[in-house]
Amino acid sequence: MNVERLVAMVNDIAAFFAGEAGPDAPAAVANHLRRFWEPRMRRQIIEAYRTDPSSLRNLSDTGRAAISLLGDQDSPRV
Amino acid sequence: MYAKGYRDLGTPPPVGRVLLDPPSLVTLEIDGTTVTVPEGTSIMRAAALASCDVPKLCATDSLKSFGSCRLCLVEIEGRRGYPASCTTPVADGMKVHTESRKLADLRRNVMELYVSDHPLECVTCPANGHCELQDMAERLDITTTRYGFGGANHHGGERDASNPYFQFDQSLCIVCSRCVRACDEVQGTFALTIQGRGFASQVVASEHQPFLQSECVSCGQCVEACPTGALLEKSVVRHGPAERAVTTTCAYCGVGCSFEVELKDERVVRMTPDRNGHANHGHACVKGRFAFGYATHADRALKPMIRRKITDPWQDVTWEEAIDYSAREFRRLQETHGPDSIGGITSSRCTNEETFLVQKLVRAAFGTNNVDTCARVCHSPTGYGLKQTIGESAGTQAFDSVMQADAIIVVGANPTEGHPVFASRVKQRLRQGAKLIVIDPRTIGLVREPHIAADYHLQLRPGTNVAVINALAHVVVAEGLTRDAYIDGRCEADSYRKWKAFIAEPRNSPEATESITGVPAALVRGAARLYASAPNGAIYYGLGVTEHSQGTTMVMGIANLAMATGNLGREGVGVSPLRGQNNVQGSCDMGSFPHEFSGYRHVSDPAVRGMFETKWGVALKSEPGLRIPNMFDAALDGSFRGLYVQGEDIAQSDPNTHHVTSALAAMECVVVQDLFLNETAKYAHVFLPGSSFLEKDGTYTNSERRISRVRKVMEPRAGFQDWEVTCLLSNALGYPMRYRHPSEIMDEIASLTPTFAGVTYEKLDRLGSIQWPCNDQAPEGTPTMHVGTFVRGKGKFFVTEYVPTTEHTSSEYPLVLTTGRILTQYNVGAQTRRTDNVIWHSEDVLEIHPHDAEVRGIADGDWVGITSRVGSTVLRADVTDRVQPGVVYTTFHFPESGANVVTTENSDWATNCPEYKVTAVEAIRVAHPAEWRARQETDVHAPAHAPHGHIVNA
Repeated sequence: MNVERLVAMVNDIAAFFAGEAGPDAPAAVANHLRRFWEPRMRRQIIEAYRTDPSSLRNLSDTGRAAISLLGDQDSPRV
Repeated sequence: MYAKGYRDLGTPPPVGRVLLDPPSLVTLEIDGTTVTVPEGTSIMRAAALASCDVPKLCATDSLKSFGSCRLCLVEIEGRRGYPASCTTPVADGMKVHTESRKLADLRRNVMELYVSDHPLECVTCPANGHCELQDMAERLDITTTRYGFGGANHHGGERDASNPYFQFDQSLCIVCSRCVRACDEVQGTFALTIQGRGFASQVVASEHQPFLQSECVSCGQCVEACPTGALLEKSVVRHGPAERAVTTTCAYCGVGCSFEVELKDERVVRMTPDRNGHANHGHACVKGRFAFGYATHADRALKPMIRRKITDPWQDVTWEEAIDYSAREFRRLQETHGPDSIGGITSSRCTNEETFLVQKLVRAAFGTNNVDTCARVCHSPTGYGLKQTIGESAGTQAFDSVMQADAIIVVGANPTEGHPVFASRVKQRLRQGAKLIVIDPRTIGLVREPHIAADYHLQLRPGTNVAVINALAHVVVAEGLTRDAYIDGRCEADSYRKWKAFIAEPRNSPEATESITGVPAALVRGAARLYASAPNGAIYYGLGVTEHSQGTTMVMGIANLAMATGNLGREGVGVSPLRGQNNVQGSCDMGSFPHEFSGYRHVSDPAVRGMFETKWGVALKSEPGLRIPNMFDAALDGSFRGLYVQGEDIAQSDPNTHHVTSALAAMECVVVQDLFLNETAKYAHVFLPGSSFLEKDGTYTNSERRISRVRKVMEPRAGFQDWEVTCLLSNALGYPMRYRHPSEIMDEIASLTPTFAGVTYEKLDRLGSIQWPCNDQAPEGTPTMHVGTFVRGKGKFFVTEYVPTTEHTSSEYPLVLTTGRILTQYNVGAQTRRTDNVIWHSEDVLEIHPHDAEVRGIADGDWVGITSRVGSTVLRADVTDRVQPGVVYTTFHFPESGANVVTTENSDWATNCPEYKVTAVEAIRVAHPAEWRARQETDVHAPAHAPHGHIVNA
């Protein structure tokens, strides 16, 4: 899938939780992605975070922290 | 004439009295029979309830009593004269006589006068056998008239056949005013009047114009109210009166009106709204009542077809061949690329049972959670936002609740066009004195219509909803208008504290947000005070709320405001989404979203999943599946290759058409099941004919959570009901589905879904309809939700920071395009464009403000080229101040006429509902549309990946 599109979606989610959850925003974003994103989408952005950080240059700070958390915690089942 | 077989009680129940619990009752005697009725009931109605029908002509129980025809005179012991029973209320101990020699003489005299000015051509009259004047003449034994037929009369009266669906024959009119009163009291359009005095009195539309050119909105209420053949459906004239009737539910908008389908043999003669219908109480609109002709339109595709490649011609095959081919292809893809390489899409136009079966097919037979529904592109933010804040993904009220509302907010919805029967209820309440706040970029009908006007119109800039709702809440908090005891008792204290601190910040004040929203601060303050101070404040909203990048945030903001003002959990208040299509609520309830089972329970919940696994006998996935836009992305990267689409035209209805069609073209097996060979079918390998609402059994669930029966009135034209086709496909895939009737599917739904636990077809037939939750705690359903406590326990406030959309205007794209609906067309028009409704709306036009038009040299009716960052189209200009400067507007019913303006890639942050409502565009006058369009398509500035998209709302 298009990583740029995934980044834009994460940024939108992060913008909401930055206001709603404050310092807990990264965890809230990661939880949202776990509950609503299909595993291959999560895998793709986690992989980009790990192997091709430049592709995430437009990712917000909250979004970046969320993907880091997601990568640590998430093991999507196929 | 009212529905075949309907027993008219003459006058409506007494207003306000029946709501008393227990009602104040009155006992009287009518013709020797003791009758007990609520105080305020008319003698006519009391008599009818006691099986004594007093003769009448000007009375009908959908209209206030009028006392005009003088046929319903009665005698009351101890009282002088002969009062009209329709206008005389009952009294305790009253003794009424409805028949006597004197009464018969009086009535006969009245009837003789009517008959002396009425053509005595009953045998050839199309209303023969279903005419109240004829019935009364027979009952009173009127065979001639002492007044003769030689005097002046109206026999040569004009006949107005301008309306495509009904005619007005003045020579048959008895000037009883029932049509005029129906237009006023029920519909609220005030299009009809009695012109002239005495003998010259006549019914006219508007300023004595033909019906088609008048203000008439063709709801047909006047036709239904007419006691003679003066106002009559043309279909009745053509085919004669019906022989039987079947009660079913309308397949258009989310109001879910109940109808009597009247048939002669297998032909539908007409549809009449059910006066016992709980959603519509006998009212209808031009679509539901008249626009049913698409079901038998010649364009219906009635044969299964297959082709190996989408460039091949279609080949007619048997049902067995089509199903076997589909199953083989899906199995091949599963075996080659894994179960998650395929998926399905359910439709909000299909029944609950059909959508439940499709999602079951996908989860159990396909072995994936890749199922989604067209609600993705309309009300998905409603599901998420209301679930989070108050605990249930549905509106909180019954439609009737609006009759108890004192202040009504309509935000991002245009009920007079999109939900006309509900709009009539709103207008009835406004005429009783309720106040109205409209929040909309356009001057919609409810802002000012005959006899009603909004107290506040907050004409915001598109895309600034959240800033407005925050400003309203700011006023409520800052001015101490919160209901603190309610909040303390019913809401999470921490969430309220956090939200209150946020909303009280000066940056959320009306003064601070005025430059963002364009709404004067004083108006916001006035509206907030009005809503918060009213005894009952109710909020109704539509796609103008949800189809934004902050759609979910806005839904949450609405819930916040309602909780802060104590406006949830009783009649007259609430938060009510107005659903676009007939079964949006139901398709969501039935587990059509990829992350949840029926009843909005997440697939990761092991207890819930285990229950489904036990019932269905297969292991189910615990991870969410792909949403519709994700499916397209996955198709383009090669990981999604097969799709089953029931009753949904994604190639026409989803944004960025080129992206959608590229994705479809990349798939190896697309199976489309539909009434017509739609746009998506161009990319299909298998076409399975669908069945219309007239050809199937099942249920729909409307915007107020009301489950209503859909009943088959004719055999499926292609041989199978839609649910049967899904069963065939599942069986061919090796996962047996052995239902004999949709009632068995509903039984399974009830066994797996707590909110439907008490729903059965038997109960639906007995009660007429049921609003879920329906279970042991509420065996007959739940009209009002969240009474006493919220479904989630304590209500939760969410911080709703305003985040501007990334779709900005610029010098190149200085206007904001927003979209909506029109009364006579429905959604993408597949149904209504195949009816006579095109007489009112044959193309989509671009509304543009006179200022914006003038500076661009655009005159009314000119062709206008519209260009956005991702595409272009051409529409005719409608220069009007319904839109504000800087905003242009169009409907989306005619893709072929050029409404396919490209919308952005933006979508709601939580649900991916597309941001259809905000697109930055430029508009220029175009002399030669075809040439201009061709130039735009080859323009080097047009993005190669997205030359065209579509605007659509569900």
